[in-house]
Amino acid sequence: MAIDQVHGARKVGRYALLTVMAIIVIFPIYMMVVGSLKPGNKVLVNPLLPTNFTTSTLREAWSSGHLGRALWNSTVVSAIITFAQVVTSILAAYAFAFLKFPGKSLVFVAFLATLLVPLEATLTVNRRTMQDLSWINSYKALTVPFLATAFGIFMIRQVFLQIPKEMHEAASMDGLGHLGFLWQVAVPLSRPTIGALTLFSFLSSWNQYLWPNLITTDAKYNTVQTGLKSLKQASIDKPNLVIAGTVIVAMPIFVVLIAFQRQLIRGLTAGAVKG
Amino acid sequence: MAYPSRVAQVRLKNLTKQFDGVTAVEDINLDIADREFMVLLGPSGCGKSTLLRMIAGLEDPTEGEVWIGDLMVNDTLPKQRDVAMVFQSYALYPHKTVQENIEFPLKVRNVPKPERAAAALEAASSLGLAEYVGRKPGALSGGQRQRVALARAIVRNPAVFCMDEPLSNLDAKLRGETRAELIALHQRLNSTFVYVTHDQVEAMTMGTRIAVMSRGHLEQVGTPQDVYDKPASVFVAQFVGMPPMNILPPGSLEPGPHVVGVRPEHLHFRGDGPLTMMVQLVEKLGHETLITGVIGDKRVVVRQDSEESLPAVGDRVQLDAPEATRHRFDAITERRIDA
Repeated sequence: MAIDQVHGARKVGRYALLTVMAIIVIFPIYMMVVGSLKPGNKVLVNPLLPTNFTTSTLREAWSSGHLGRALWNSTVVSAIITFAQVVTSILAAYAFAFLKFPGKSLVFVAFLATLLVPLEATLTVNRRTMQDLSWINSYKALTVPFLATAFGIFMIRQVFLQIPKEMHEAASMDGLGHLGFLWQVAVPLSRPTIGALTLFSFLSSWNQYLWPNLITTDAKYNTVQTGLKSLKQASIDKPNLVIAGTVIVAMPIFVVLIAFQRQLIRGLTAGAVKG
Repeated sequence: MAYPSRVAQVRLKNLTKQFDGVTAVEDINLDIADREFMVLLGPSGCGKSTLLRMIAGLEDPTEGEVWIGDLMVNDTLPKQRDVAMVFQSYALYPHKTVQENIEFPLKVRNVPKPERAAAALEAASSLGLAEYVGRKPGALSGGQRQRVALARAIVRNPAVFCMDEPLSNLDAKLRGETRAELIALHQRLNSTFVYVTHDQVEAMTMGTRIAVMSRGHLEQVGTPQDVYDKPASVFVAQFVGMPPMNILPPGSLEPGPHVVGVRPEHLHFRGDGPLTMMVQLVEKLGHETLITGVIGDKRVVVRQDSEESLPAVGDRVQLDAPEATRHRFDAITERRIDA
């Protein structure tokens, strides 16, 4: 009985701590949503309570920030980058996990080493390259530098390495070639991790700010982040417009996260425990 | 699928395999007859699995040739060799059902769906798996998984079955049952089986012939009875048979420079026997008793019927072995000299 009481008290304490932490995390999001649903002159009145409910701020942010165009651009750019990163990561990871070729370890280390180079260090050179290619203000400039990722290759390689060698050999006895084994065996077995990589790629390209800001000057190529910047500059006297714009551009991310949260968690914990 | 040849004689000619300069298999010559059950027997690291993998096409020989039927297959891909393989770990596809696992080799070969489904079901039924075809491997026991791996091999109707210690993950009881099933399967399929094991009981009970290997070399090839009755070397004498053959130093049992091997069941207590053993252990196994002791610094085991009078630990006993049961080996080369 006493042990049950101690366990119960511990459980209550644990849930209380988790609740406090959840409130801390959710609070800014709550403030953002409440702020976006108030008229501009009421944003500082009872800031914690959803009074004077209106969607006019959201509508104004949508139209004056050209967020429809920005959302479309971000969707296209993120989709291209995500698709390409997942495909190139899977193909490269297969080579590193299953093929034998001279210098394999060296090449893999060289790939990994690129993770140590911060984006900022390559910005100037990459922008110069884009300029030389006359790609400034184009989808190519927004996507091509990000079509492959060492992080994705590493992540998928690690999960491919967990596939027993005998399964690869059994597949070759069954008649599968490299591509057959990759798509019919390795990829289905690595689905949680590939799902997680898809989410990571999508989120990171959706949230890109520095590169799109540097490579586009035409509002036609604004992504959501550069669109928000333009909105902020255009409505310096209406702070809640930016808040409303932020709510709009965050919506797709929330939807994606809620829809795929299980996939994300499974991917992050894949291989953490013996199956 | 039509293969160039259905004659499943396997011939290995001067086969050598090196890994990074280390020789795993050296200059092996072996003929495996069509429809034979050949067991490659040896301790871990002797090269038996490497040899099997070269037959299957999973390893390329460093030197030598692999022939299946009348084709030299050194440069032939595994899928084109008309060989199926059963792995120690079964290597089933965990995301596919039993049915999908079994019919997968046919699917890859573009066999029409109804045909491959029927073939898979037939293979599954023949191994008692019919009621499990909808399950995934994770929901099966070790023995059932092993049978799925066998069914996946059978469904292709290959000329040669390669099996790499397929029973070693099963418990003793299931291993015994599956051993009998494999023998029946070989008789039913009428195919050539090449079977790798380190378990001499499997080798003795299943093989039509046994190839005993040690350190990358073939020590002896013969029927189980031949290998047991006339071991070609000290290694074979001690590897085949449980407890292993006793090896006595030159001059201890009979005059001459050679060493003498005597099986434990052929050593008898005799008051005027030439060997004196100090008894260290008496193990009663019910139907027989094993008496372990030392002669000089050599460990010796004697097998006796349990009904016979037994010595006690610490006793000094005299032993002898009938002339006909003695095996003589060269003291230096350790090869048999009275073949």
